[in-house]
Amino acid sequence: MVNFIIDGKKITAEKGTMVLEAARANGIDIPTLCAHESVSRSGACRLCVVEAKKGKRAKIVTSCLYPVEEGIIIETKNERVMNVRRLVLQLLMARCPESEVIRDLAKQLGVDPQPRFNQDEDKGNCILCRSCVRVCEEVVGVSAIGFSCRGADKAVGPPFNEDSAVCIGCGACAFICPTGHIEMETTEDTRKIWGRTFKMKTCAVCGRYFAPEDQLKYISKKTGVPMKELAVCMDCR
Amino acid sequence: MKKATTIEAKTKEIVKKHGRDKTSLIAVLQDIQETYNYLPKEALSAVGEQLDIPASRIYEVATFYNTFSLNPRGQYLVEVCAGTACHVQGAFNLMDRLKRDLNIERGETTKDNMFTLEEVRCLGCCSLAPVVRIGGNIHPYLTQDEIPRILRNYRKQG
Amino acid sequence: MKKISTLDDLKKAGDKGLKSLFPGDVKIVVGMATSGIASGAGEVYEALKTEIKKRKLPYILTKTGSMGMDFIEPLIDVIEKDKPRLAYGKMTPDKVPQLIDQIVKGTIDKIRPVYRVDEEDIIAKREKKHYLTGAVPEYLKDIPTMYEVPFYKKQVKIATRNCGIIDPESIEEYIARGGYLSLHKALSAMSAEGIVEDVIKSGLRGRGGGGFPTGVKWQSCRRAQGDIKYVICNGDEGDPGAYMDRSVMEGDPHSVIEGMIIGAYAVGAQEGFIYVRNEYPLAVANLTKAIEDARGCGLLGKNIFGTNFNFDIKISKGAGAFVCGESTALMASLEGKAGEPRAKYIHTVEHGLWDRPSNLNNVETWANVPVIISRGGKWFSEIGVPHSTGTKVFSLVGKISNIGLVEVPMGISLKDIIYDIGGGIPGGNKFKAVQTGGPSGGCIPATMMNLSVDFDALWEAGSMMGSGGMIVMDEKTCMVDLARYFIEFLVSESCGKCTPCREGVRRMNDILHDICAGRGQEGDVEMLESMAKGIVDGSLCALGGSAPNPVLSTIKYFREEYDAHIKQKKCPAGVCRALIKYEINAKKCTGCTVCAKKCPSECISGVKKKVHKIDQKKCIKCGICMESCKFNAITVK
Repeated sequence: MVNFIIDGKKITAEKGTMVLEAARANGIDIPTLCAHESVSRSGACRLCVVEAKKGKRAKIVTSCLYPVEEGIIIETKNERVMNVRRLVLQLLMARCPESEVIRDLAKQLGVDPQPRFNQDEDKGNCILCRSCVRVCEEVVGVSAIGFSCRGADKAVGPPFNEDSAVCIGCGACAFICPTGHIEMETTEDTRKIWGRTFKMKTCAVCGRYFAPEDQLKYISKKTGVPMKELAVCMDCR
Repeated sequence: MKKATTIEAKTKEIVKKHGRDKTSLIAVLQDIQETYNYLPKEALSAVGEQLDIPASRIYEVATFYNTFSLNPRGQYLVEVCAGTACHVQGAFNLMDRLKRDLNIERGETTKDNMFTLEEVRCLGCCSLAPVVRIGGNIHPYLTQDEIPRILRNYRKQG
Repeated sequence: MKKISTLDDLKKAGDKGLKSLFPGDVKIVVGMATSGIASGAGEVYEALKTEIKKRKLPYILTKTGSMGMDFIEPLIDVIEKDKPRLAYGKMTPDKVPQLIDQIVKGTIDKIRPVYRVDEEDIIAKREKKHYLTGAVPEYLKDIPTMYEVPFYKKQVKIATRNCGIIDPESIEEYIARGGYLSLHKALSAMSAEGIVEDVIKSGLRGRGGGGFPTGVKWQSCRRAQGDIKYVICNGDEGDPGAYMDRSVMEGDPHSVIEGMIIGAYAVGAQEGFIYVRNEYPLAVANLTKAIEDARGCGLLGKNIFGTNFNFDIKISKGAGAFVCGESTALMASLEGKAGEPRAKYIHTVEHGLWDRPSNLNNVETWANVPVIISRGGKWFSEIGVPHSTGTKVFSLVGKISNIGLVEVPMGISLKDIIYDIGGGIPGGNKFKAVQTGGPSGGCIPATMMNLSVDFDALWEAGSMMGSGGMIVMDEKTCMVDLARYFIEFLVSESCGKCTPCREGVRRMNDILHDICAGRGQEGDVEMLESMAKGIVDGSLCALGGSAPNPVLSTIKYFREEYDAHIKQKKCPAGVCRALIKYEINAKKCTGCTVCAKKCPSECISGVKKKVHKIDQKKCIKCGICMESCKFNAITVK
């Protein structure tokens, strides 16, 4: 077990725990955008920053990726930390001016938009957190989408910006996206995402449309479980 | 049909040369770029198949690095050195002159496919600033005046 | 290639190298590094070849790497038995016949050498090489020796010890000057821990810019858990205006290889990688040949020098991304991925390339290692100043008379570099500032000329050592435009992973563009300063983390220029297009019509022999008129 301090409070946590989890387990809230329990961490959004002090050196680190250390002193809301969080939110509001999620988060933390920052019009609600790419790669295993280019031109989507050839329509990316950037249109018997229209399969028991055929085909191929067995919705299992 | 097979075959050759190793992706793409002066889509698909790497991953790498171009580059790559020493000696004026004379923007290729205009940092020939490299040839102490004649000479060479 | 497994084998190879360095017949060496070739050294080489053949002379013609004096390239050296080595600058093909005449006759009446070398230090071997046995010939007495020439007087060549002297493609010549002796000493007479201790004692700090104590890094890697470890050479020299590493990789590739083999032995690695920018084809070629030769004689591969130490090196080419100079991004690139950095809360010496302990050092750092091992850490620590020991290679460029590659002891003053070595500012212009550390660094103004050039002093002054690019600026450089230039560079090179860099540096760029375009607003400078803190603290890697430095340092030392741009909408240096005007001085204009003919926007009107006028509305501020006016009648305000 590791003993250290967060915001003046004495904390004990298992070795290997990240500061973010240790804080949350002790009722100390740290805002996040790109961290999700289902996928690996990247530390990209920088919203969860905290100050970590060891001896004389105090540095700003992302709590989602910083492992707890014996005797370390963590501050989650001091001036230096809030300065970074404020800047991050102001920058994200300028990047995604239409995003309610970011606006609400900023409001909660008392951050106003910065009028001197030019607003983007072509980024949608995407904050490039990479959660969608990671879930498609690590959890689903299809890697239908990815990043392209770098810097300000960095964008997420299927390769060559074309309709995805390998997407199975599972919607995990749309689900995990913290800002709702990914468009998924579901009608009675179809689902539209990444330029593809997927035919939904009906449940063998209750008859409702519940999952894209392509998704079930993929799971069947991967696991060896025959389609017939997979064509039963979660409620009827 | 024949052209597509040739690209696929050449790509297979290149992948094999690098030991069919996933981590050699960048080196493989570099060889393809050198062979075709850009990365043809068929080549990228073939690489994905050969190395068992998803298309999205290959596209990420192909678009991340400056060396790679997804569109065919012109016969002569016109690279304006925008290193600090060249900048301080007025490289931006050279870039503007080239844009005007070639009638293209940075990153574009002339309609006759002769020239592609790019910026490069830095060629390390700072004692010769400002420098422009055309088709691999260094043009030192370049002034705006000399540009039309130099471009004419390259056009003559064809 | 003959196998080298013993000290005796090494000596024999060295003897071969000596014969090649000093063949007895006349030997002419042409400086053919990248900048040499760019200034025409290739044509000079061919002309020499032709002339020698034509006259049927038994002269030997070879090439070498960077000699340092870029400002008078093409450079050649003439080596003759029992005569000082003579260096000639500004060679051209048409001067070749005269040069050959001189050599044949034994005179220097037509083309005067720049300097002569009577004896030189072989720094890796603690030996002196004497070019002559007797006195200096009378006709050469007036030629200054190399270290009497101001450019070289204060230089100490350790990392560039062989550059400009040996043929980079000859392993024997490298061995003749002490090469691979250190490796033999390390493997036969030292323990791995002993090597690490000696490097710690030397005080060597990373020469890539980080300045982290090299020995401490080696020690951490050595202690890290794992059977498979790597050593990596960072040859992704991306700072614009910096070409120190390129010069070493081109001119003395074996110095890097030997350093890496010693380092690998010290930390326990069996595989090494050299990551070279692909914009450096000559460096890649020379390193490739060097590795092949080293392998061919058993200095790389299995059982080096007959021990059970195995090690080999692979070259990996960069693909055009400045961010890949950052160690974790470089490792991602080696793994075949996009060059995105990752958090370094867990150090790369423990979990680096493929999650294994990896020791990454810069080219210049590796090149110093063999000399530290042969002369001892203590010897090295006595050069320079405490906390910044040894020397540093700089590329001295920009508005300076003597542009070139220099290697000086740490602690030398900026004034000495700019005026003694650099020869001051050309054209009678005033020195304004010098930029060190590239896009991560800052500017040092004329008022701080006595600053000691060492890691800590530069940091305290608001800049940093960086990789060694030193860009000199005069009164015609706009410091706001310079800050904008660096920020724009970083915007195009940002990997885009983290918010503060991708979005923050971009917004700084927007504001700086506005300022340079005459759209600066009251409060912009304060805005830039306030954003800077968040970007420095919040960025994932040092690209974003150091991005605000050029902006902050130019604000600190040249605030009045920012104010002029914002408040008066003026650019005092006459650079920012939106804020300047080209004007024809009626008193000086002779009406020669040259400017009107050359103007691309046809905005100059005037009759022959009468004063011409520029239509400001049509003027695109390209400056061609001012460039072409022979009467200095056009000024920029």
